Amino acid sequence: MKWIGAALLGGSLLLPPFLAGDFYINLASQILIAAIFALSLNLLVGFGGMTSLGHASYLGVAAYISALLTSRYGFGHGTAALIAISGTIAMAAFFGVIALRASGLGFLMITLALSQVLWGLAYRMSNVTNGDNGITGLTRPAPFGISLDNPVAFYWFSLIMATVAFLMMMIFVSSAFGSSLKGARDQPRRMAALGFNPWLIRWITFIYAGFWGGVSGLLYVYYHKYIHPSSLSITSSAEALLGVIAGGSGALGGPAVGAALVLLLKNYASAYIERWNMLLGLVFLFIVLVMPAGIVPGFSRLIAGRRGAQR
Amino acid sequence: MQFWIIQGLNSLSLGGLLFLLSSGFSLIFGLMRLANLTHGAFFMLGTYLAATALRSIDGLNIWVTALGAGATVGAIGGLFERLVLTRLKSNPLGQVLVTLGMSFIISDACLTIWGGDSIPVPTPQNLQAPTRLFGFVFPTYRLVLVGLAIVAAILLYFLLERTRLGAKIRAGVDDRQMARAVGIPVSNLFTIVFCLGAGIAGAAGVLGGPILSAYPGLDADMLPLALIVVILGGIGSLLGAFVGSFIIGFIYTFGTALFPELAYIILFLPMIIVIAFRPQGLFGRVGA
Repeated sequence: MKWIGAALLGGSLLLPPFLAGDFYINLASQILIAAIFALSLNLLVGFGGMTSLGHASYLGVAAYISALLTSRYGFGHGTAALIAISGTIAMAAFFGVIALRASGLGFLMITLALSQVLWGLAYRMSNVTNGDNGITGLTRPAPFGISLDNPVAFYWFSLIMATVAFLMMMIFVSSAFGSSLKGARDQPRRMAALGFNPWLIRWITFIYAGFWGGVSGLLYVYYHKYIHPSSLSITSSAEALLGVIAGGSGALGGPAVGAALVLLLKNYASAYIERWNMLLGLVFLFIVLVMPAGIVPGFSRLIAGRRGAQR
Repeated sequence: MQFWIIQGLNSLSLGGLLFLLSSGFSLIFGLMRLANLTHGAFFMLGTYLAATALRSIDGLNIWVTALGAGATVGAIGGLFERLVLTRLKSNPLGQVLVTLGMSFIISDACLTIWGGDSIPVPTPQNLQAPTRLFGFVFPTYRLVLVGLAIVAAILLYFLLERTRLGAKIRAGVDDRQMARAVGIPVSNLFTIVFCLGAGIAGAAGVLGGPILSAYPGLDADMLPLALIVVILGGIGSLLGAFVGSFIIGFIYTFGTALFPELAYIILFLPMIIVIAFRPQGLFGRVGA
């Protein structure tokens, strides 16, 4: 039953290019990008028990490196992407060493402080980042000579990347290492007594999550062809965290659904009201107070309950 | 020489403001184990209230405004604590997310009400003339601000160390369950401390107004500074917040004056050094 549902959901992702207009195909591409970002954050929040409020750092830094290298220094997209991803991994390794000195709320505060510092840097270092104007006039890459400027081509590209990301993260959490990660989340002292190194497990996970955050950042900058400091802001981190929590951090696919809902809400709402941040705040209050376990686990419990009643 | 003296005074006055902001944050964290991410928004709300009050009411004094705005923001904080945070007692992550949501709501409401342009807050007239001391010229308001921060620190110290309420709060910080067991109503203390912390942040926003002026994004600028102060000084420690505030005040002011583009990176350094050698912060007893 669960597999049929997953297959249906997966199959439906193949449909947009055949059914929908450009607007909806672009929206679907954005959802895929947000889903990769939220899934990578969930490696920390759901599977590692490390609630980060600074995950936008990885998205933003990868996007900025790629944007700067391609637009200002004449690098090709392939090389720029490699450098951007390596830079993001190095930054995640460094931030991980700092943030993992603490746990719980201390971890949250340090990740938030670090990402706010990067956000401030992107605003103030205007001779490098162009400050509040952002970097415009970027291009999309053309892998194997296929231009991605067409929405349908970009959708297929995002879908392939999202599928790879989903599978890679699924393998990661269902591997032996993933089990030791959950062990380090629930019983760090017992894990240490068994000879595992909880700190190292968390650090590797932190870097892996930073890596996928960087990949989503590359897709983000390819899609928008524009980058602004707001992609590093606390709002950007908070949207992803809301996606994770709304979707349910326990299930692997939950954050993807949550991210889709947040993005749809943002797009739909911004057509009618200007105040996205206010709505985001209210949704935060609503989800935490009313649906603390998330929407996906909430619904699956509902369905499971109905099936139980039929029997 | 004049440059160093003036920047030194600017550092002290920023440090004083940061102390007012982060002492409340630290107190709330120490007692409630809650990272109150609304704190920057409370500060900003205070600044905006001051901007409106001082411009629309003639002859209103900034000290009265600070008390009034502090009381208003404190009341908002108290309501928020009573209506929302108490429902999430067993869900610390949920509490943090709710304070984050609240900060979005407040800052967006400020944007709606006061618009996107920055609004200057007038310096009190009797403090506009510079003070001459030892052949140097000082902006008087900043001198007063440093004095006020020190007075506030002493008052808070006496409140915590010498009064019955302070003894109860300290008991709650050290061992919440034991404090409950001996009959201290810890939940009421939560509300009191949250009101107090929010109120001090609001009043700090008023006092910081003439220096910083009210603008959208002030909350996002102040919150990381408060976080860094608290991480540096040690969570839940008043002395830590005091020392940390002045360290960050100096580093940020001189960093901005000497290397304007790298000021944010320089902010990193003390935090990284302290976390590397003393993860609980300089004066912290409570592990985060």
